[in-house]
Amino acid sequence: MSLASQLLRTTPLNEIHRRMGAKMVDFGGWDMPVQYSGIIEEHHAVRRRVGLFDVSHMGEIEIRGPEAGQLVDYVTTNGGSRLSPGQIQYSALLYEHGGFVDDILVHKVANDHYFLCVNASNQDKDYGHIAAHNRFNATVENAGERYAQLAVQGPLAWNTLQKLTPTDLAAIRYYGFTDGRISGAPARIARTGYTGEDGFEIYVPPAEAPRIWEDVLTAGAEFGILPCGLGARNTLRLEAKMALYGHEIDATTTPYEAGLGWIVKLDKESFIGRDALTKRKQHGPSRKLTGFEMRGRGIGRDGYEIYVEGSPAGWVTSGGPSPTLNKNIGLCYLPAARAQTGRNIGILVRGQAVDAVTVATPFYKRGR
Amino acid sequence: MYPENYRYTKEHEWVRVEGNIATVGITHHAQEELGDIVYADLPKLGANVEQGKTMGSVESVKAVSDIFSPLSGEVMEVNELLATKPEKLNEDPHGEAWLVKIRVTAPSEIEALLSAADYQAYVGAE
Repeated sequence: MSLASQLLRTTPLNEIHRRMGAKMVDFGGWDMPVQYSGIIEEHHAVRRRVGLFDVSHMGEIEIRGPEAGQLVDYVTTNGGSRLSPGQIQYSALLYEHGGFVDDILVHKVANDHYFLCVNASNQDKDYGHIAAHNRFNATVENAGERYAQLAVQGPLAWNTLQKLTPTDLAAIRYYGFTDGRISGAPARIARTGYTGEDGFEIYVPPAEAPRIWEDVLTAGAEFGILPCGLGARNTLRLEAKMALYGHEIDATTTPYEAGLGWIVKLDKESFIGRDALTKRKQHGPSRKLTGFEMRGRGIGRDGYEIYVEGSPAGWVTSGGPSPTLNKNIGLCYLPAARAQTGRNIGILVRGQAVDAVTVATPFYKRGR
Repeated sequence: MYPENYRYTKEHEWVRVEGNIATVGITHHAQEELGDIVYADLPKLGANVEQGKTMGSVESVKAVSDIFSPLSGEVMEVNELLATKPEKLNEDPHGEAWLVKIRVTAPSEIEALLSAADYQAYVGAE
């Protein structure tokens, strides 16, 4: 074993992934399964049945205290304090200049307690950012070590997970959560996901995670559950046009470019990035996140250059095959004036411009 | 796993030489590393390829990977099956899913390629 691989961070399920034959990769410093049986097969399992993901690399930050809501409102773009306990909201941490520190999920546990789910590779940066701006009567805890996170996703996620809990899962609405038990262990059970399907993300004590993983697979066996890796998670989220930090969003991008203006509440009293966003909203974003489909043979992948009418005009943020649509799709940044759907663009694939066309997003939306 | 009568490259191609015709493919190890293959970009009929130089690419769901020609020569046949069934590269990389057939112009180049045992040891150690 090389020194580098010894330094990778691992989740409590690492041994299980290796024993079950998952293909492991270095994912932002974490030793994570990229696939079990195959990305396409796992992707279809989630769209049609149910899949189980280890997402314990994700970070958790807990904010507590009488002014917890004020701190959340100050460091995030959305109106976290306006939530009712048990509600979840997609939100963002921004820098003063309006670029993303991270995109996050804010769970309101109580008026004096918020639970944030943040990206794995950003968790220490996020914690530092929030703690540095904490001029409120609130405490901030970098709590990633206290939680393992499993995602049970797909139309049969509910049927699978209900077998393991007395909590009535049907009563949890989309973007709602409740604290209950899974397989007898304390669990925060949230109806959220990063796949575009119905499903649950559960936060459990790390020591209980291996047992719960096995129990979920057993409970889902009759529904054809598959353990899934981060490869399928990426193709699923791309079809649903969910942003990935470092691709669609980063420190140089504001929510308006990324089509995420809906998570910005400019009418809030004050928050980090508000002045920059107010200006940006007045002028309108110069570039816009846009969907495309390949027309020619080739796949526009992350970072590939885009040409419009023969001139360089933008770049691909995420691209690849869509197993559901059986097309090659992607997201890209284009100048706002050229980002209408139905526009012919060229994507530079290994030195050659390949035809593509801009299309409406999301590429996939589940039936309700 | 790796046929004895094939020779291999460190870039994970195989070649089977019969007379002056060489059949070229990617190895089982290559397809396993790539995962679900969705597209093969192969050289055109009649193209000249050179040992160790790029002659095409294979794309999986998650990545694109160059194919390096194991020998120099002229492309005599391209496997048309792969245009419609690229997944065959995962299912039968050493057989049905060969990539191209080349008329070999420098037979001695084969000396530079790995035997099955050497290749097995190479990927085993990788």
